[in-house]
Amino acid sequence: MTDIYRIACAAGFSGDRTDVAKPLVEELLKHGGSKCLIFESLAERTLALAQLERRQNSELGYEPLLLEMLDPVLVDCIKGGIPIIGNFGAANPEGAARLINAIAKQKGLSDIRIAIVKGDDISALELRKNIENVLSPPDQIIFSQSELISANVYIGAKEIADALLAGAQVVVTGRVSDPSLTVGPLMAHFKKDWNDWTFLGAATMAGHLLECGAQVTGGYFADPGIKEVPGLATVGFPIVEFDAQGNICVTKPSGTGGLVNRMTVTEQLLYELHDPAQYFTPDVVADISQAKIVDLGGDRVMVTGIKGHPKPSTLKANLCINGGWLGEAEISYAGFNALKRAQLAAQIIKERLSDLNLRIDFIGSSSIFASDTGEGPQFKSTLSFEDIRLRIAAAHQDRAQAQRVCREVTALYTCGPAGGGGVRVSLRPRLNTITCLIPRESVVAYYEFFRA
Amino acid sequence: MIKTMPLYKLAHARTGDKGNRSNVSVIAYRPEDFSILQRELTEEKVKSHFGFRNPSAVKRYELPNLMAFNFVIDDVLDGGVNLSLNLDSHGKSLSYWLLAMEINIDA
Repeated sequence: MTDIYRIACAAGFSGDRTDVAKPLVEELLKHGGSKCLIFESLAERTLALAQLERRQNSELGYEPLLLEMLDPVLVDCIKGGIPIIGNFGAANPEGAARLINAIAKQKGLSDIRIAIVKGDDISALELRKNIENVLSPPDQIIFSQSELISANVYIGAKEIADALLAGAQVVVTGRVSDPSLTVGPLMAHFKKDWNDWTFLGAATMAGHLLECGAQVTGGYFADPGIKEVPGLATVGFPIVEFDAQGNICVTKPSGTGGLVNRMTVTEQLLYELHDPAQYFTPDVVADISQAKIVDLGGDRVMVTGIKGHPKPSTLKANLCINGGWLGEAEISYAGFNALKRAQLAAQIIKERLSDLNLRIDFIGSSSIFASDTGEGPQFKSTLSFEDIRLRIAAAHQDRAQAQRVCREVTALYTCGPAGGGGVRVSLRPRLNTITCLIPRESVVAYYEFFRA
Repeated sequence: MIKTMPLYKLAHARTGDKGNRSNVSVIAYRPEDFSILQRELTEEKVKSHFGFRNPSAVKRYELPNLMAFNFVIDDVLDGGVNLSLNLDSHGKSLSYWLLAMEINIDA
């Protein structure tokens, strides 16, 4: 009988639905064979936000929804032999492990084996030289003049695989490459060589298909009347069935909403890809240029023909630096001549804030397609009724300067055109990112087991 | 008269972002339309369709097995998710701008 390994993905970002893991685990438990559950909850900036949180409270800095994510499924996974792998450690994997250990204790599970993958955080002062050495001259200047919030390198699947082989029931990571959450358990199970590039390429693309959760099962796809998706309110998250030859079958739990077909899988296969023949990860350079997709029907889609090339000699790192402040404010104008009144309001703000670099949106006529300078298509109302929301945004290093946007739009209540209402303002710190490539040999990744 | 049709009649699409770079996949609904898209959706035409966002370059990758193209559009996001003042700083909506493009369907 073919050896099938099943990987279910219960989160595609920090803030994803937390009621999706249970149907996945129920589905996994229906089948024999080996399986695991993964959580991907660490987008580019999520880690920097977590680092800021940890500065406020040294106990925090891991995924804020970790309890809600794991509470419904931890017992079933541990008792059912389903390892859990997640990058929910964010800026504090140790803290995440402590919380998971506490949840397990509270549920009467004793001494579960939690592994922590380390080495991604390169923000320590003694490691800064490694970073500075590889930055371009303009980035070096920005880096030297900015407050560093986080610096993390994308590490690969090896430490996850080793931890699983050593008996880990939960693997907590910080920054790892998203597909590595899938490659790790597949390598631990199938015990392939770490230079089996074809297998690693296929495993990586399996991870790529899983890592955005519902985006492969009908989420982010529906377009009423054109691309219908049933049951999005209860969309099932994905499961990949993977064999030793590197064949991928994408599916989802029975009885859940959503849809897996050729179109949903093709859209997600190409999501955030550049050259399809060269998808760079720490584990392999994956190649889907010759991939084939076969829709088997019944929410089952096969992906075959993925190749791989030797892994790159460098690892990608993200440096997050303080990016000043973003001020945003909105006000609505509706009814006859609303666009003209919104345009007058914008003109008033431009006069009052002529020293700031403003973005102006007429939501309902022109907004998100347009460039920051306002170029782009516009909707011209032909009816006498309009409903326009004016949005003004500006960024500034200085908080007080960014805040002027909020104050000036608020003042439109009494000093602006007729009938303005519904002002909302927001003032938030911004993060900027510098991306660089770090030589692999200067990064020391490892795992260790959590000890209470 | 040249017969045209909006791209959304022939294909579906999804946008992804990395920094100040956007990728838009365009996937034909029907295999027979792939060659029309191959002929009409050139890098130059896509670049000019996005002209108001000032892209510096457009690269097209072809995936005939998947009836798909992947367009990589550089410097189209006003600096990207960290720097743009756009509500949609990821440019997630941009697939729908490309789908609005008028395609010449006469051979």
